[in-house]
Amino acid sequence: MSDDDIVFETKDLRIHAMRDDGSELPIVKGVDIQVKRGQVVALIGESGSGKTTISLSSLGYCKPGLVWGGGEANLLGHDVTKMDTEELRPFRGEKVAYLAQSAAATFNPSIRINEQVTEAPVLHGTKTQEEANKRANELYHALELPNPDSIGDRYPHQVSGGQLQRLMAAMALCGDPDLLVLDEPTTALDVTTQIEVLKAFKKVIKEEGAAAIYVTHDLAVVAQIADYIVVLYSGEIKEKGPVDVIVNNPQHPYTQRLMAAVRPTPSAGMGDGADGSHRREAPALEARAVDAGYGKGSDGKPLVQILRDVNVTIERGHTVGVIGESGCGKSTLARVMAGLLPPFGGQINLDGGELPGALTSRKRSELQKIQFVYQMADTALNPRQRIGDILGRPLEFYHNLRGEKKRERVQQLLELVELPKEFAARFPHELSGGQKQRVNLARSMAAEPEVMLCDEVTSALDSIVGANVIKLLKGLRKETGVSFVFISHDLSTVASFADEIVVLYAGRVAEKGPVDQVLAPPFHPYTRLLISSVPEMRVGWLEETMGSREALAGISRGVTITKVGCPFFDRCPVAIDGTCDKIDPPKRADPHGHGHVIECHREIDELMAETAYAQAQIDAADAAANAGGEA
Amino acid sequence: MTDTTQTTQSSDAGEHYVAPFDANVSFDELQDAPPPAKFKLSITGWVGAIVVGFWLIVAITGPFIAPFGENELPFPDDYSEYQTPRLGDATDPETGEERGFFAQVYNGALMGTDAEDRDILSRIMYGAGRTIGISFVATTIAYFLGVILGIGAAVAGPRVDMIVSRINDAFLSLPSIMLGLVMVAAFGSTIPVLIVCAGLIYTTVVYRLARGIGMDIMVMDYVEAAKVRGEGIWWIVTKEIWPNAAMPLISDFGLRLIYVILFISSLSFLGLGVQPPQADWGNMVKENLGALQYGESIIPVVAPAVAIATLTVGINLIVDDISAHAGGKLSKRM
Repeated sequence: MSDDDIVFETKDLRIHAMRDDGSELPIVKGVDIQVKRGQVVALIGESGSGKTTISLSSLGYCKPGLVWGGGEANLLGHDVTKMDTEELRPFRGEKVAYLAQSAAATFNPSIRINEQVTEAPVLHGTKTQEEANKRANELYHALELPNPDSIGDRYPHQVSGGQLQRLMAAMALCGDPDLLVLDEPTTALDVTTQIEVLKAFKKVIKEEGAAAIYVTHDLAVVAQIADYIVVLYSGEIKEKGPVDVIVNNPQHPYTQRLMAAVRPTPSAGMGDGADGSHRREAPALEARAVDAGYGKGSDGKPLVQILRDVNVTIERGHTVGVIGESGCGKSTLARVMAGLLPPFGGQINLDGGELPGALTSRKRSELQKIQFVYQMADTALNPRQRIGDILGRPLEFYHNLRGEKKRERVQQLLELVELPKEFAARFPHELSGGQKQRVNLARSMAAEPEVMLCDEVTSALDSIVGANVIKLLKGLRKETGVSFVFISHDLSTVASFADEIVVLYAGRVAEKGPVDQVLAPPFHPYTRLLISSVPEMRVGWLEETMGSREALAGISRGVTITKVGCPFFDRCPVAIDGTCDKIDPPKRADPHGHGHVIECHREIDELMAETAYAQAQIDAADAAANAGGEA
Repeated sequence: MTDTTQTTQSSDAGEHYVAPFDANVSFDELQDAPPPAKFKLSITGWVGAIVVGFWLIVAITGPFIAPFGENELPFPDDYSEYQTPRLGDATDPETGEERGFFAQVYNGALMGTDAEDRDILSRIMYGAGRTIGISFVATTIAYFLGVILGIGAAVAGPRVDMIVSRINDAFLSLPSIMLGLVMVAAFGSTIPVLIVCAGLIYTTVVYRLARGIGMDIMVMDYVEAAKVRGEGIWWIVTKEIWPNAAMPLISDFGLRLIYVILFISSLSFLGLGVQPPQADWGNMVKENLGALQYGESIIPVVAPAVAIATLTVGINLIVDDISAHAGGKLSKRM
């Protein structure tokens, strides 16, 4: 390969942060990377590793507070670190395009999509408006967007999150850039949406022959899309190499650790459930035939009903995982249990006794027994309170601990969540994301609850930090016998932690039962879609999955809440016309499972057969791939 | 034990490189980005701070260090017919009408004298305390009422909020100077009436701001967490909301003070604010307007005007720095 093929390279790139006292703190410490034409280079590492900072250097951009500290960043042979904004202008948007993590924040909500997609090339004068429109239309087709000829006329709020993410790719590619920088473009998406977006990205990058830098912390995603992987830790390269080498034979201990933190594919038997030693007669918490929704409608019913006839039982010391895509009512269920959203039908029982629906009518002793853990520790901890006060308040409030006793207990709590005692004097902003999430958990533990409602507590954390938090939760469960309701869209995390799983779809329970039963056939068709959408840590997984029947039927559609029939009807590969869309599905008990229930019109035997069929398909595809490889 | 294995092998996709590593070193969770820099004044901020500091010192010490009394006539002898006329003398040569002195600089009156032949510098020093004092007390009243009502409305729920906000909107829709004129005309223009009047008028503006900030904080997870814990309204307001609302409100205080200074000065200029013979920057401009007309000296008008301008610009420069530090959030709420 000649040097002409190199689109972007850094040579001993160094970037510093300026401290208050004027001293420099190195953020990027001498990094060499090379991106060749047609190649996707992935930068991986946990938050704080400098991966985003390095990727932004290709635009000649340093975040506020950072300064170039030496070395070169050559884009098409020009050192962008030496240029000023005027000189950089022709490069940005034209030669290099940046895709941010959140498409929702990138698009202007009051301008039509097409205008925004075509803005850069028209502004740079490289295309006329007509040429840009034509190019945008080609890209809409290539990205397999629905209604590609008219989608550009819509406003950003009129398309789904996954579609907007793909439209952002169209925006970046419209000017035919030489280099594409993708910063965690699928991290905030559901698994099903993620693979849809990944597939579109991969196809379009391949067809356009553009070079790309792909920034992420998710190795399983990288394995699908990258050609070359650069592993970063603390601003230094720890290992770099072709994707198959890094994935199959990582050498550096840090890479190996990253690989170990990759969530395993969910399967039966991987669970690490409770031993039942804390079990008692009455369940800790029970939701019975709960109906709930938002807004005020007629005759006492909410305007939008989310939950329909939801029954969930949490045994003492057990963990119930609640999974489903966004919009399925997972958080709504947690809010009903916490009393934040009184249900309009059904009831919540605590220790066998009925609990008032509204928070304000619950007694302090009842509130103490159910604790809610928020997803974002950043907003869940008051920025103006010290950690000691944050943890001390529930102790004072529920247990009347004061003075020395309170301080001792705060230190015990910090120890429990594996944080140093000195943290009691710190403010939340002085802690890292993972540490804040630990404080968030410790605050709930301080109440000594019987049930903890964990709403996506690991979703905002990267894989290593998230794995540590799960480890901590397992320890807490063993020590204290607390029950958990663990809400997540990440099936593998749930599978490794829960005793039982409840699969929610559009506000209804699609399937529930012990982990090993839910993750083994027979499956509800929706459960199978979720399981097959979890990225696997191997090259070629994406293509295989996209060819499956579930994916073809269900991946490109979103969750719709229906009033009658089975809401999964329009995404189901085995739906029965005239039945599934008209009649509510019956609850079918799996004769082999203990409390394993599937709500589906298909018989258990039919679902078993379905699974066998899908497996045969995968085996056949594998066999074909192997045969092809040998030939 | 240090292991420095370094593998390099080439393939089509590129070389494979492994950094040297120590097998015993563990990889701790990395810290997040360092916390934002501490608050520091910029150069313009320092200029503002010096100017405002100067006026505060003048306001407090003015009456004690002023060269002459507020209504003292420094040169009583000038009325004597034997004296040679000073620059800009008393009578119009054509009509013979008295028109005041407006002397420029004379015998230790550094800024000259005004229409009543009083020392301008001394009156500015007396006026500083009155102008700044009235405005400060009025702004404090506005904040006291506005913050209590605003945060109260944010906490109390949609029904109370609706009622209080609509009443507030009604008052907000009236022009503040007109409202002030009517109130002063009805209750008489004494300093307590002025203070209460300005305080009430600016309560409406502070209410909107405090309510907005309170609403933003009410939806934060940590407030909800406190509710789920079962905390009462007093705890939520004093421990969860107030500490987070204080900073933006305090930086707005400075800005609001400027508006009140301008409001009080405008009323005085119109003759309904601080009443003569008491000195106030606004009524000083009004009393001496004749100086502009007759052109002998512009200092009697310009000096109090410059005082108002420098004080308000100075406060503005400091507030700019504070809101820039807070990420420009304040300017968005304005």
